[in-house]
Amino acid sequence: MKLRNILAIARKDWIEVRGNKYAWVPMLIVPALFVVILPLVVILLLTKLNVDPNILVSDPDLDIFYSSMPASISQFLDPSHPIQFAITIILGFMLAPMFLMMPLMYSTIIAAESFAGERERKTMETLLYTPATDGELFLGKVLAAAVPSVSMTWIGFIIYTLILNLAPFYEFGRWWFPLPTWLPLIFWVSPALILLGIAFTVLVSARVPTFLGAYQTSGSVVLLVVVLFIGQVSGVVYLSVGVGLILGAILWTIAAILSWYAVRSFNREKLI
Amino acid sequence: MYNRHHMRENYSSIKEKEIENIITVTQLVHRYGDHLALNGLTFEVGRGEVFGLLGPNGAGKTTTIRIANGLMHPQSGEIRVLGFDPCQQGTQIRQRSGVLTETPALYERLTAVQNLEFFGTLAGMESDILHKRMNELLGFFELSDRARDRISNYSKGMKQRLALARALLTKPELLFLDEPTSGLDPEAAKQVHDLIQEVRHQNGQTVVLCTHHLYEAERLCDRLAIMARGQVLASGSLQELRAQAAPEIHVRFSFRKPLSSTQYERLAHSTGVIKCGQSENHHVLVQVAEEAVIPGLINSLVQSGAEIIAVEPQLASLEEIYFRLQQRADEVRK
Repeated sequence: MKLRNILAIARKDWIEVRGNKYAWVPMLIVPALFVVILPLVVILLLTKLNVDPNILVSDPDLDIFYSSMPASISQFLDPSHPIQFAITIILGFMLAPMFLMMPLMYSTIIAAESFAGERERKTMETLLYTPATDGELFLGKVLAAAVPSVSMTWIGFIIYTLILNLAPFYEFGRWWFPLPTWLPLIFWVSPALILLGIAFTVLVSARVPTFLGAYQTSGSVVLLVVVLFIGQVSGVVYLSVGVGLILGAILWTIAAILSWYAVRSFNREKLI
Repeated sequence: MYNRHHMRENYSSIKEKEIENIITVTQLVHRYGDHLALNGLTFEVGRGEVFGLLGPNGAGKTTTIRIANGLMHPQSGEIRVLGFDPCQQGTQIRQRSGVLTETPALYERLTAVQNLEFFGTLAGMESDILHKRMNELLGFFELSDRARDRISNYSKGMKQRLALARALLTKPELLFLDEPTSGLDPEAAKQVHDLIQEVRHQNGQTVVLCTHHLYEAERLCDRLAIMARGQVLASGSLQELRAQAAPEIHVRFSFRKPLSSTQYERLAHSTGVIKCGQSENHHVLVQVAEEAVIPGLINSLVQSGAEIIAVEPQLASLEEIYFRLQQRADEVRK
């Protein structure tokens, strides 16, 4: 296995993704929405536009939600400061699963461009005629999808952290984010989701011959995140540190199994 | 204008060198589901020759290239390429071969330099050697001025030239060219033909040329295999193919004055004459059994008072040979 070959394939795929606006435009818009616009709008509504934060503090419908909340999470909620309470519950807690949508989206877009896109543009055969081994081709393409996905997720998280601390600084008067519950999500669950997204897209790309087709089909894994979001909002699942670690372990296991199938499906005879 | 003698001379000189087989294919069978793509394919390619795989679409030419490079495994039969087994040693073959696919299949969002750098790196070329070779090829293919432009801005001919440069980047021992002029206008096609000949003469590489263009095959190849439905119908030099598919000899006599009926009858009934065409505008086309008959006929015509101004053997063209073989194959199948 030659590292030089793996890096050359990854570098080539990055240039290709940069040239495909259908790939990079959603990768800019969605994070801009979740990382910048949504938190700023919530903070603005609660701090400047006089939206009453007490609807989240004293609504009797939410009593069950708060009563079954583990102490590891509820300790960060202070009902005596309604604005802090509302910002923490919306941006520091409920939005956490939605944040996981980004690594999934990055990885499926880049992997679809890298695997299905290559077949769609009929350049795959030329690539197969090179002396690079199947393993080098696979790892090069996985690297092409994984590195930017992880980097962009972490950069997005840094920006989100800055916004959540700086924009409402007057209300909190301290550096309050990230909450500990976020750390396993960002550094343990997100990489697992990225690998899962790539492996799933490789399998989909073997059957769907176009970039858009592969991207749309593999986009169905976002349902995982939607389920988490609904679970968290309805009080069924609370993404505490422990839950995050267990969730990550499950996702890594699924990702490993899918990757094994993806590696098996990635050989010259099947790709041509 | 292409000269057929040139083809024969090339082949003779190769023969003299005791051809060492670069590719040996024996009874190769490959199926795509129910479709039988290769059905007992057998041929050999000698070192340094330009070998043509000639046949209609679906004859199995591209499948043969894929199997020869280890991209697919045949269901049965044997194949050796450069001494390696493609099923087990595809990487070794791909390190020594260059392939021009039917479409240029270049990375359109990359520049010419980025494309060549990428393929050179995967082939394991050292950076300084790679860049020297890239400059050499970009100059040779007249692409230096546009080397840093995106391929999407290239014309079809430029893309094909760059794809050829990519195939030649590593100075491969064995070059596969799959329909190298497909979709090109006549001018660009001629340019590619000239380039193939130039490259071949400069580097002495073995070339396997897959085409359904008869003129292209006749112009470029030392030997040919005519294929249909995954089989080789006949193979050899043009002369050998002619002996197999169109062994009869036609001679065209030209006279200063039209032949009289007596002279015509004498010619038509001479020994060794199989068929004598009608006398038209001072010319007569005669089919003879063998070349040795021709001097006797000339002698006989001169004695009868005929004023001969030209005697031209009429050899069957590759086109005639190709269609006869395909027709025979169709008849056998029916």
